[in-house]
Amino acid sequence: MNKNFFNEKLRVVGQQFSQFMINLHDMFELFGRSFALLFNRPAYFRDTLAQMHSIGVRSLPIVVLVCTFTGMVLALQAGYAMAIYGAKMYVGSLVSISLLRELGPVLTAVVVAGRVGAGIAAEIGSMQVTEQIDAMRALGTNPVKKLSSTRLVAILIMLPILTFIGNGVGILGALLIAVGNLNIAGSFFWTTVFNAITFEDLLNSLLKPIAFAMIISTIGCFMGFHASGGTKGVGEATTRSVVVSIVLIFLVDFLITNFILTIS
Amino acid sequence: MAEHDKILLREVYKEFGSTKVLQGLNLAIRAGETLVVMGRSGCGKSVMLKILLGLILPDSGEIVIDDQEITQLSEKDLVPIRQKIGMLFQGSALFDSLTVGENVGYALKEHFKMPTEEIQQVVKKNLSFVDLAGAEDLMPAALSGGMKKRVALARAMAYQPEILLYDEPTTGLDPITATTINALIRKTQQELGVTSIVVTHELDSGFSVADRIAVINDGVIIEIGSLHEVQKSKNNFVKLFLAGPK
Repeated sequence: MNKNFFNEKLRVVGQQFSQFMINLHDMFELFGRSFALLFNRPAYFRDTLAQMHSIGVRSLPIVVLVCTFTGMVLALQAGYAMAIYGAKMYVGSLVSISLLRELGPVLTAVVVAGRVGAGIAAEIGSMQVTEQIDAMRALGTNPVKKLSSTRLVAILIMLPILTFIGNGVGILGALLIAVGNLNIAGSFFWTTVFNAITFEDLLNSLLKPIAFAMIISTIGCFMGFHASGGTKGVGEATTRSVVVSIVLIFLVDFLITNFILTIS
Repeated sequence: MAEHDKILLREVYKEFGSTKVLQGLNLAIRAGETLVVMGRSGCGKSVMLKILLGLILPDSGEIVIDDQEITQLSEKDLVPIRQKIGMLFQGSALFDSLTVGENVGYALKEHFKMPTEEIQQVVKKNLSFVDLAGAEDLMPAALSGGMKKRVALARAMAYQPEILLYDEPTTGLDPITATTINALIRKTQQELGVTSIVVTHELDSGFSVADRIAVINDGVIIEIGSLHEVQKSKNNFVKLFLAGPK
């Protein structure tokens, strides 16, 4: 009885692991195909521009809001903590490094994964369960090219821009607190910011959004294309898309940070 | 493949997990005819249509369209084959982010690179054909089930395919709308001379549009012939199926 129970559990774990590996393979394949198809015709410029608007411009308010308050809170917390050691005036250094290296790229990516990744999974998932993807193929269109490649390139362009803006408004938020609350001169704040930022920080701020863009686009499209079981299936695909994207964003964030620190 | 055959399915097998759907299906469709494929829900009729379009790969067997075997073709090489085929999906499958006019003109814009004015003319002509003139700017969400089917038919016909596939064209429609759709299927065949395969489990619909009827059960064709021939079948399943609900 115990042996059978153990064997059954082992079989289930084996099946799940096998399915996980298949899904991982399929995700890499989808990313590879989406990327390769970028260089094929038709280019779908209008679709790509529409996606850039939907992904980038419409995410801007929430990214600005989140990053501004993050910069303000960070400055507030750091200011009071650093005051104990007489280092309050270096709040600008701490906030700018924190934002550029970690918080800016990660928070922007998490916001975009929640807003855009979920939207991609829901939209493609709905098309999948209502046979629109089949209709697209029947009408001679490659759905990976039309739906996945356009979204990949749109996120690859817009996420670094959003991150750049997020970093900027975060530092401006910190400036507000530094000047208004911590009584630090604005000019001194900027001096500490520019003295603190290094090439590695800028590399962090560029590399991470590119990697996160690939994750958000691929996971959203993959979950959408694999949705089944009607509206319930679309809901599950959407949830899975957000959860998997966020977990992978944190995992890849660690790996990139580790890599950059090692090479520098 | 006989000279007048347009489509040939030979020994087609398809399984989904442990469910055997098609089990050595053989079927020949003549050029210009309307063949109605009837059978119980879930017996593999829709799967057969999707295999014909290359949307699903069979586990084994041959699909020949105009003397070309298609099961080994890549997605890219299937495009010219698909341009010969129009399909009316069970749920219409209209692109819900596009207007009715954009749906109907989709393939023309995507593949035939026609000028916009020419596309608009074709769209108008096809919408008039399905009695939906002036509906170009409506969104699919604003249409009834019957109107969606008619738009889907206009979309399928827009690039003048040689073959039209209908997946349950009248399922879920009221009798009057179903009669309209049946009349449209007949009109399409008579005026455009296309080869049609109509998959349905609705007897009235099937009888009213068919040149020939094929009955599918357990993944194979168990009877094929004219309406008269099929009605005289000795096969118990065919007799039970054609007797209709009691």
